[in-house]
Amino acid sequence: MSGVTSEPHPMSDLTLNGIRVIDTFAEAFDVAGTAIVVTNDTAKWAMIAATTMTGFATSVIGCGAEAGIDAVLGPDETPDGRPGVRILLFGFEPNGLKDQLIKRVGQCILTCPGTACYAGVDGPNKIKLGGAIRYFGDGFAIAKRMPDETGKERRYWRIPVMDGEFLCEDSVRAVEGAVGGGNLLFLGRTHAETLKVAEIAVEAAAAVPGAILPFPGGIVRSGSKVGGRTKGMMASTNDAYCPTLKGRAGSALPPECGVVLEIVIDALTSQGVAESMRAGLHAATAIGERHGLIAVTAGNYGGNLGRHHYHLRDLIAPAAGQEG
Amino acid sequence: MSTLTLREAPPERLDLLHINPLSLGALSQAEAERLEVGTSRRGVKLGDVFTVSLDRSGTLVIAGGHERLDRVGAALSEGTIVVEGDVGQRLGAGMAAGSLTVTGRAGPYAGSGATGGTITIEGDAGDYAGGAVYGAKTGLDGATLIVRGQAGDYCGDRMRKGTILVGGAGAYAGARMIAGTLAALEVGDLPGFGMRRGTLVTGRHGALAPTFVETGSHDLVFLRLLGRHLRALSEAHADLLARPLTRYSGDLATIAKGEIWVAG
Repeated sequence: MSGVTSEPHPMSDLTLNGIRVIDTFAEAFDVAGTAIVVTNDTAKWAMIAATTMTGFATSVIGCGAEAGIDAVLGPDETPDGRPGVRILLFGFEPNGLKDQLIKRVGQCILTCPGTACYAGVDGPNKIKLGGAIRYFGDGFAIAKRMPDETGKERRYWRIPVMDGEFLCEDSVRAVEGAVGGGNLLFLGRTHAETLKVAEIAVEAAAAVPGAILPFPGGIVRSGSKVGGRTKGMMASTNDAYCPTLKGRAGSALPPECGVVLEIVIDALTSQGVAESMRAGLHAATAIGERHGLIAVTAGNYGGNLGRHHYHLRDLIAPAAGQEG
Repeated sequence: MSTLTLREAPPERLDLLHINPLSLGALSQAEAERLEVGTSRRGVKLGDVFTVSLDRSGTLVIAGGHERLDRVGAALSEGTIVVEGDVGQRLGAGMAAGSLTVTGRAGPYAGSGATGGTITIEGDAGDYAGGAVYGAKTGLDGATLIVRGQAGDYCGDRMRKGTILVGGAGAYAGARMIAGTLAALEVGDLPGFGMRRGTLVTGRHGALAPTFVETGSHDLVFLRLLGRHLRALSEAHADLLARPLTRYSGDLATIAKGEIWVAG
């Protein structure tokens, strides 16, 4: 999802850390999601593979998938004892996700020197990955079945490549219950200060396991609305939150607002989206006053399109276990 | 723990196919003693040669083995069988799950066609350990077979899936392998003869068929995964992978997707 917002919201009295929080909600959608673990001989090359694969994956509408790095893994956290990266990938539906996964692993992981690829999450739906990419091996690929450390049988494909072999797990799993499109909008005064607020929010939101922020650096500046004045446009700029359009009918921005930046969150579970939004909201408001943050709001389509509504009112409370 | 105590050497070969914790658990002591285990017209029953003591537990101990005890644990699907002594042929043949341990020696065809579970032979094994019986499509087919001592010739012949670990194996180890993994500290002549796929790891080998070609030394991710898998079963076999390895690809007389890793 790209950054989405709706009709301007009436201001309310909600506050967190002295920052106004608009009493609205983020509207998010059911998506198909999966996770893979990419390893390499060095953390540097694992990261190169991961950043390449998650490139051009900001919005499922334009890129076919939304992807991001969930976690950097140490050698003791990966199946082969090498440094690794856990990547999350989301699509509208399972077939689209499968198509994107095979393309991205085929073009970005298979091609990267030294890389191996494993399933990163368990789930009910099987996506054939190594079993599809093995055809690159032109009949020379070898399947190997071995139990992992938990004793569960796993099947790998060993595909001959010019630096030895590309080892890829036969299939990965897509989870049920993944959600895409959780979001927060930060209304600030200056670009530099608001960017700082958004960066800190991204850091906190991305730290939640199983959640990614697919836009550049986790931040999107081109929030969109559904449709547009130009015929055929599926989405167009979110004029209500454009500071250069302040003062016109429909603007949602107070006069002192000069910049709006948004963060968008996808996660393997609805709870992951909520926790990530909560972390971002609390982190941003905690430093907001110092950086000229005026208000925090969220984008929605009026509540009729997405099944998941994350009310900022509910996120103001600290996460369970963090009270006091 | 149920116990069958061998009173004397069996008068003939015995077939213990149906003697396992699951089947004995459904029987009374008297019914168990009347089970036919003979293989001739003599009609030898379980109680004729064993003292039977049942407690319906998942573990069966056969105290006192003999090389005339055939098909021990064959078709085992759950539970544990421990044989204190030797066994005859086809130990654990067709076994699907569970644990089978023999403290002595085993005859030929141990683990043939076994699809799951773990078979451990503390002593030596005969020919065709994990190999296919005549006419069968596959040898070991998914189970794990560990022979602490020496296995005979044709170890892992036509094995299709699973893992075999042996201290040493005779000639034709991994012959006609369909797939799977066989690790031996040493093997005899012509290892992997006619193998289609599969992995053979060894520390020393006899004559190698000319249809195997050396591909050199490779630092493959696969070896890391295999090392972890083997280490859970046997430190000595896992240590083979820590040594410098030379890879041979073959058998080129077949589809040649098999490999022999020789530790230097």
